[in-house]
Amino acid sequence: MEMSKAELQSAAQASALSQTPIEINGSDILVKSLQAEGVQFVWGYPGGAVLHIYDALYKQNTIEHVLVRHEQAAVHAADGYARATGEVGVALVTSGPGVTNAVTGIATAYMDSIPMVIITGQVPTHAIGLDAFQECDTVGITRPIVKHNFLVKDVRDMAEIMKKAFHIARTGRPGPVVVDIPKDVSFKKTIYNGYPTSVEMRSYTPVRKGHSGQIRKALQLLIAAKRPFIYTGGGVLMSEASAELRVLVDTLGYPCTNTLMGLGAYPASDRKFLGMLGMHGTIEANNAMQNCDVLLAVGARFDDRVIGNPKHFAQNERKIIHIDIDPSSISKRVKVDIPIVGDVKEVLTEMLAMLKESPVRPEAKGLAAWWETIEAWRSRDCLKYDLGSSDVIKPQYVVETLWNMTKDADAYITSDVGQHQMWAAQYYRFDQPRRWINSGGLGTMGVGIPYAMGIKLAKPDSEVYCVTGEGSVQMCIQELSTCLQYNTPIKIVALNNRFLGMVRQWQEIEYSGRYSHSYMDALPDFVKLAEAYGHVGMLIERPEDVEPALREARKLKDRTVFMDFRTDPTENVFPMVQAGKGITEMLLGSEDL
Amino acid sequence: MKHIIAVLIENEPGALSRVVGLFSARGYNIESLTVAPTEDPSLSRITLQTSGSDDVIEQITKHLNRLIEVVKVVDLTEGAYTERELMMVKVRAVGKEREEMKRMADIFRGRVIDVTDKSYTIELTGDVAKNDAFLEAIERSAILETVRTGACGIGRGERVLRV
Repeated sequence: MEMSKAELQSAAQASALSQTPIEINGSDILVKSLQAEGVQFVWGYPGGAVLHIYDALYKQNTIEHVLVRHEQAAVHAADGYARATGEVGVALVTSGPGVTNAVTGIATAYMDSIPMVIITGQVPTHAIGLDAFQECDTVGITRPIVKHNFLVKDVRDMAEIMKKAFHIARTGRPGPVVVDIPKDVSFKKTIYNGYPTSVEMRSYTPVRKGHSGQIRKALQLLIAAKRPFIYTGGGVLMSEASAELRVLVDTLGYPCTNTLMGLGAYPASDRKFLGMLGMHGTIEANNAMQNCDVLLAVGARFDDRVIGNPKHFAQNERKIIHIDIDPSSISKRVKVDIPIVGDVKEVLTEMLAMLKESPVRPEAKGLAAWWETIEAWRSRDCLKYDLGSSDVIKPQYVVETLWNMTKDADAYITSDVGQHQMWAAQYYRFDQPRRWINSGGLGTMGVGIPYAMGIKLAKPDSEVYCVTGEGSVQMCIQELSTCLQYNTPIKIVALNNRFLGMVRQWQEIEYSGRYSHSYMDALPDFVKLAEAYGHVGMLIERPEDVEPALREARKLKDRTVFMDFRTDPTENVFPMVQAGKGITEMLLGSEDL
Repeated sequence: MKHIIAVLIENEPGALSRVVGLFSARGYNIESLTVAPTEDPSLSRITLQTSGSDDVIEQITKHLNRLIEVVKVVDLTEGAYTERELMMVKVRAVGKEREEMKRMADIFRGRVIDVTDKSYTIELTGDVAKNDAFLEAIERSAILETVRTGACGIGRGERVLRV
């Protein structure tokens, strides 16, 4: 006789209350582990190897499972959730193709150090290695794109492995952890003695506290600087250190910049913020980076898109202080003078305490001269764009209008990858941490909708916008269906220029305008597409309609809205540092081409 | 410059492939690699011979340390150390070559460990350079087969690598 869901749940609750250790199967231990970790949401897709796990999920009611339409999106959605909340994101996929579909999502999370646990089904242990149906070497395939991975060979190890997986994912430099569970392990029974309360691994003991001597040296150097600059990355957001950063910057009165991954760590609307730096950074940020005499790098990794040509970067001598939790990020691309290994929040807290005690403050006159230089760079107004009298929508204008409309609201902005991503980063001014959600390291097209849907589920009262392009959005467009099923009303702001814009821009600049396969013909009617998925579609073709459209979409609080903005197909992202050039060798507009 | 790096790692399936995968993924050299459990069966010790600039070696040791299962990493070449490699060479040994081969093996303090009427198998232990020198010293066309373990190493004196 079949039991109803309610009966199953009460049976499960009854067994949870009983004091004597009971024999339960691997899937139940897995679910209890997730519950013990406080997991609220799991994004996933069922299949043969995970049927027992799905059965265990059916019998409980504390974890909400979200059925996506493609495993890639399951990982992205859990990743977006993790980026916005700081919690560990959890995804669940089946063996073989479930895993290979998830690989892009895992690599995306790995490159941006996002805490995640990805549970993957595996064929039964006796079938491993025999080319069984839907078998793949999950641990082998994911090894280079995870912080760590586990194959659970014995059901008795399940709880301890889950404990380790969550611990590894969220501590140190965070990252995704894969737990591969063979089908037989998911149904074998064992005595469950409860979830471990602590975890001890002699081989994994991440450092949190920085070296006090180094911090003191760094502070002395920083205070004595003539042309200081503070450059911060995603690590500040990861360690929830925005408040500490703000006090440091404000106390010293120094200029600062955020990387693409670090936007929002320091309020963009403050004058001390010089804008994003790097390949599409502002003149003032890139020039300050090049010309400073003391650089404080905080939770940033001197990415190739940030420093441009390393030889050019090294031409100007500067002392570099680098705070990072991962020693391997220090002196990787750029030699550092004062390395400080530790958690950003702890190190900044200690530095602030020292600063408070120290009677020495930066010399005001010298600092004023440095600010004068910076203001001269800033007066170039490098993000100015030509609104013109044209009747074509400028993509920058759409982002700026969105910012103006939502700057005082509780809003999250996700993006995909390409020109629209850069415009969103440049023209939306992020004043708070964890509000700008994008794939910086791997640069994965298709993350925008799943990110937005993951965030909206966790933050149902916040507004969630996905700034995307007509190319990227089609890479996970199927998730519009998930948005309807789980009632996660997101607003899609598509900057549709009928081109793979960033590819076209490079082809224009570096390949003499040979637009090889960057024009997208036969685009779908996005309005009808949105409607087919049960959502609202809007086509916006004229500049004067941009604001009313955004306002209308905003009013439709309970609906997912797809806004198809037909934007200028010839617009390029400026400033731009071409590949191989130094960060101050910027193209500022089409007149530089 | 040549470096010999010793790694203590959890003796778990797949741990070695993480080390090897790291080297191939990041484009580092492995000139030789040898691995076996230690006196504590839960730990394996890997000895890696690699080469690269100081910056590259620094990155290699940092990335090895970053692997979750790696317990300790030491670059033995940073201090005094002893290095040994076992090599077995099967050589052609007919006619007057037999006497010559035996003499060469003796000079290098090798031992003949297998004999047929046409061949010797010679066992040599020493640092990698010494084993190289033996192969240089004998007639190249006489070498039928060579097998080497790769270097393993240990710090001199009080220098100890343990958990």
